Amino acid sequence: MMRTKKMQKALLIALLCGLVVVFLTPIFFVLMNSFKGKLYISDNPFAWPTGDMYVGLENYIEGIDKTGFFSAFGWTTFITVFSVLAIVLFTSMTAWYITRVKTKTSEILYYAFVFSMVVPFQMIMFTMSKLADMLKLNNPLGMVVLYLGFGAGLSVFMFCGFVKGIPYEIEEAAMIDGCNPLVTFFNVVFPILKPTVITVAILNAMWIWNDYLLPYLVIGVSTPYKTIPVAVQYLMGSYGAKDYGSLMALLVLSIIPIIVFYLTCQKYIIEGVVAGAVKG
Amino acid sequence: MEKTMKKYFAVFVLPTLIAFFIAFVIPFVMGLYLSFCEFSTVTNATFVGFSNYIKAFSNKDFLNALWFTVKFAAVAIVTINVFAFLLALMLTQKLPGTNLFRTVFFMPNLIGGIVLGYIWQSMINGVLSGFGVTMLLDAKYGYWGLIILMSWQMIGYIMIIYIAGLQNVPTDVLEAAKIDGASRVQTLFRVTIPMIMPSITICLFLTISNSFKMFDQNLALTGGGPSNKTTMLALDIYKTFYDKVGFEGVGQAKAVVFFVIVTGIAMAQLVLTRRKEVEG
Repeated sequence: MMRTKKMQKALLIALLCGLVVVFLTPIFFVLMNSFKGKLYISDNPFAWPTGDMYVGLENYIEGIDKTGFFSAFGWTTFITVFSVLAIVLFTSMTAWYITRVKTKTSEILYYAFVFSMVVPFQMIMFTMSKLADMLKLNNPLGMVVLYLGFGAGLSVFMFCGFVKGIPYEIEEAAMIDGCNPLVTFFNVVFPILKPTVITVAILNAMWIWNDYLLPYLVIGVSTPYKTIPVAVQYLMGSYGAKDYGSLMALLVLSIIPIIVFYLTCQKYIIEGVVAGAVKG
Repeated sequence: MEKTMKKYFAVFVLPTLIAFFIAFVIPFVMGLYLSFCEFSTVTNATFVGFSNYIKAFSNKDFLNALWFTVKFAAVAIVTINVFAFLLALMLTQKLPGTNLFRTVFFMPNLIGGIVLGYIWQSMINGVLSGFGVTMLLDAKYGYWGLIILMSWQMIGYIMIIYIAGLQNVPTDVLEAAKIDGASRVQTLFRVTIPMIMPSITICLFLTISNSFKMFDQNLALTGGGPSNKTTMLALDIYKTFYDKVGFEGVGQAKAVVFFVIVTGIAMAQLVLTRRKEVEG
């Protein structure tokens, strides 16, 4: 009895290890081919890059040069960091206000935010990008405003869900002691919100970092503000011969920051994603 | 307290609200209105009634995209949920290395759609080149390519939600079933699965709505080719707007239809989960 159980466990682990290999294959495939000469990538995709095939960092140098990868990395970081900061700060304030001040306006706002979560981007992409052009928001700072607006739905909704569970008395005590609402919010409420802050920050960071269509439509490709997804699509979407060497290098470079981020904040990412899925 | 707070409306709500109007409310209302208009920029619209909707529904590409999306969603839902559930079962057996497995399976979920699309495009074309074909030769390659890509991306995510559900099944119930002589399969189907129905509902809807809203992966993997046969709804809307001249109104009408479909799915989810909550 004990032995068959042990055997079963060993078999399960072997199966899982096999699946890990399957899951990682595409990543290794890209990594391996990023060191191969262009022609060999299409002629000999599964061969190890040895001898003539090995080109060292040539693909990386060319890929970075063609797309301005470092600038794309910088702007993606800029847009993601500032958008997430703006979203966390402003939507938590809004959520607290509309949960505590029970007026008709608050109620309408709450339902408007919830409604916006459901609307797919394609519904507003044309009008939004035209409006963004008119208001001169077609730059990285303007993107922060757009992400705050389009990301507000989910974030306000999640903060509202949390604020409802905070006992009112704590805030009331602070206010009676003479704190104004701003002081009360930042000294009393915001620290309690911390778990939701992390969840909201992670969900939005993942979305904004990887988002393609919004920056493509608003900022476009003919500016120095390309983000990473826009740069990758720009390399492949342009006409003429496709440069698979540069593509492989660029794909590896795009994955590295994500994996580093994932391995450092793994616990929060997985918890945040579960919380977001269950509530959204 | 509410009275003092009300004076702070401008501080707490206005920043979010302004961004929300720019990025969502105004584009949404304009989008609805423009779907009944003929226009090329948002300022030169003339009202044309329902003609855009008639054109959208008599447009072969749109109907093909709708059908292709439904076919895609139907299969993707099954593969993703079955594999994710099996993985979740394996990872809740208290095996050594569970955390490592979970980390690897979840990782693809963090990579953006554009990058994912190109990783798989090169992988699949690499395999197909062994048979002397490419993905753009026949729509069936693109179809299964999209299914594989989507499964690779979402299995880990859905798995995490199932794991959370499985961990909430009380052990005494499982032990009671064991003492009563239930076999493993019986316990699974009669006890475990009924107890995690809320997780199953969430996962089904997440996969349905993500399948319907898929855009980046579609654009990068096949670009809709060959001859639009693997174009999904979101990509078809994009192409109607930006690849043809003079079809902006039709594009917006398609976008409204798309919005109605996605909202319908979300409403169905809301009704189903609410009903479950009342019963539970």
